[in-house]
Amino acid sequence: MFTILQEILEYQFLQNALWASVLVSVAAGIVGSYITSRRMVFLSGGITHASFGGIGIAYYFGINPVMGALVFAILSAFGIEALANRKTVREDSAIGILWAFGMAIGIIFVFLTPGYAPNLMNFLFGSILTVTQSDLLMLLALDVILIALFWLFFNPILFISFDPEFAQTQKVPVKVVQYILTALMAAAIVLSIRVVGIILLISLFSIPPATANFFTKTFKGMILWSIAISLIGTFVGLLASYRVNIPSGAAIIVVFVVMFALAKLVSYTTMRVRIRTENNKLHQA
Amino acid sequence: MNKILEVNNVSAGYGSEVVLKNVSIEVFENDFIGVIGPNGGGKTTFLKLLLGQLQPMQGAIHHFPLNEGETLFGYLPQTSNIDKKFPITVQDVVLSGLLSPKRFFGSHTKANKHKAAELMQMAGVLHLASKSIGELSGGQLQRTFLCRALIADPRLLVLDEPNTFVDNKFEKELYELLKELNKQMAIIMVSHDVGTITSYVKTIACVNRSLHYHKSNKISQQQLASYDCPLQIITHGKVPHTVLLDHKETLTPNPK
Ligand SMILES: Nc1ncnc2c1ncn2[C@@H]1O[C@H](COP(=O)(O)OP(=O)(O)OP(=O)(O)O)[C@@H](O)[C@H]1O
Ligand SMILES: [Mg+2]
Repeated sequence: MFTILQEILEYQFLQNALWASVLVSVAAGIVGSYITSRRMVFLSGGITHASFGGIGIAYYFGINPVMGALVFAILSAFGIEALANRKTVREDSAIGILWAFGMAIGIIFVFLTPGYAPNLMNFLFGSILTVTQSDLLMLLALDVILIALFWLFFNPILFISFDPEFAQTQKVPVKVVQYILTALMAAAIVLSIRVVGIILLISLFSIPPATANFFTKTFKGMILWSIAISLIGTFVGLLASYRVNIPSGAAIIVVFVVMFALAKLVSYTTMRVRIRTENNKLHQA
Repeated sequence: MNKILEVNNVSAGYGSEVVLKNVSIEVFENDFIGVIGPNGGGKTTFLKLLLGQLQPMQGAIHHFPLNEGETLFGYLPQTSNIDKKFPITVQDVVLSGLLSPKRFFGSHTKANKHKAAELMQMAGVLHLASKSIGELSGGQLQRTFLCRALIADPRLLVLDEPNTFVDNKFEKELYELLKELNKQMAIIMVSHDVGTITSYVKTIACVNRSLHYHKSNKISQQQLASYDCPLQIITHGKVPHTVLLDHKETLTPNPK
């Protein structure tokens, strides 16, 4: 343990990795709770994969790939919302189409990019150990925006997410709020890809809120628990990957799933115990 | 009497299908309008049109200005597309009725929480306040939504079949409550229980692909037929056709 602390202090890249996991955990806790509550996990998967198209195009034209991914992610998110709202296409079909299309575009442009082949494995699996200062600053900005918005507008966000049809009768700008949140979700996805990778991102957004659901009934509780669970999961996962020398993203996910299983077990046993004590009381009475 | 809203010759529907044709009605404060009509006649569509959830294909809906801080609509939907697994408590659902563009910041005040508690007490769901909505029965959820519709003291309360799911004891209480509330707000209520509502409402709107406004709470079988509204009023015992409903008679629409 001591040597790890020493090494963290010694190596900038380890410090960066730790900061990145803290910042990603906060973003994922907030956005993941929103996604899970609104049942948009599949949508976030679609956006994640569609953004690969942006990465490919960016490489081809020599633009910053994060920017390319961001534009693609936001456009595909809005595209899915618009298609689904028009009700001519089912939402899950729209997601499936954009999911596949984005990946295809990405692969074609990466194939067409002459000469140096970028390390796309990083975008698939993340590269938390090569996170830079500017990556950290972007994540920090995202976290600040997310916290500020969810702090100031917590109730409207909660109520609009719960029942948009009712909110509309109260004359609140339902669509505007939904589009802003969707754009933020896309931004959170793209910036986290850098750290955890496309493949493992979805679990970061979905497993902690699902685990939190065992402990809390409220949206606020879900966000706070998710952040805590993400922090523990990423730290333990990082530590394990560093010690045993396995890929960090995969290690983090395994830790998440183990925590989910434990939470399920705990909630199941407490329920059994409660039923048994209540039965005993009935017996005695 | 002040006018709250006015619907002028409006047609509306979904996609290219016209559901309601040439609907006109004026709603004044202290109105209590019972909306009746067959299944699929367009009652819910009419309410959605009033509430602005559905835009008219033709014609216009005019809202008259509110006083400062007033809320126009309180709405109890017939069926809600809500997700029962959503992480939200009963108390928060009730408080969500206070959402408005002006109250967009910050958290709930003490006074608002107190008001929510009063309403939940009245609706008999106070003991469920901190439960999540997934743990409620259909009737309990309906009562919670009623509290949500009432909490902002709307000028116009819009209720789509409020008696579904609730037991008949609460249904009776509900109608008495509405009578009381009607002193402060206009009410529009859809119901299939034609017999019962006529003793509470002041006027009747028959909706079947169009709207016929009947400015009285007494309605006869012939009048219903002339409004193209195929509902059956059954009186038990006396008075075979010229129907004047007196308060105690139980009348049911569409038997069999
Ligand atoms: N979202 C929708 N999309 C397309 N058509 C719809 C939609 N909602 C309702 N309709 C159609 O509009 C017509 C009127 O429906 P509406 O729900 O207004 O009837 P209703 O009078 O409220 O019936 P009920 O007594 O069953 O509640 C029906 O023919 C229905 O098929
Ligand atoms: Mg209806």
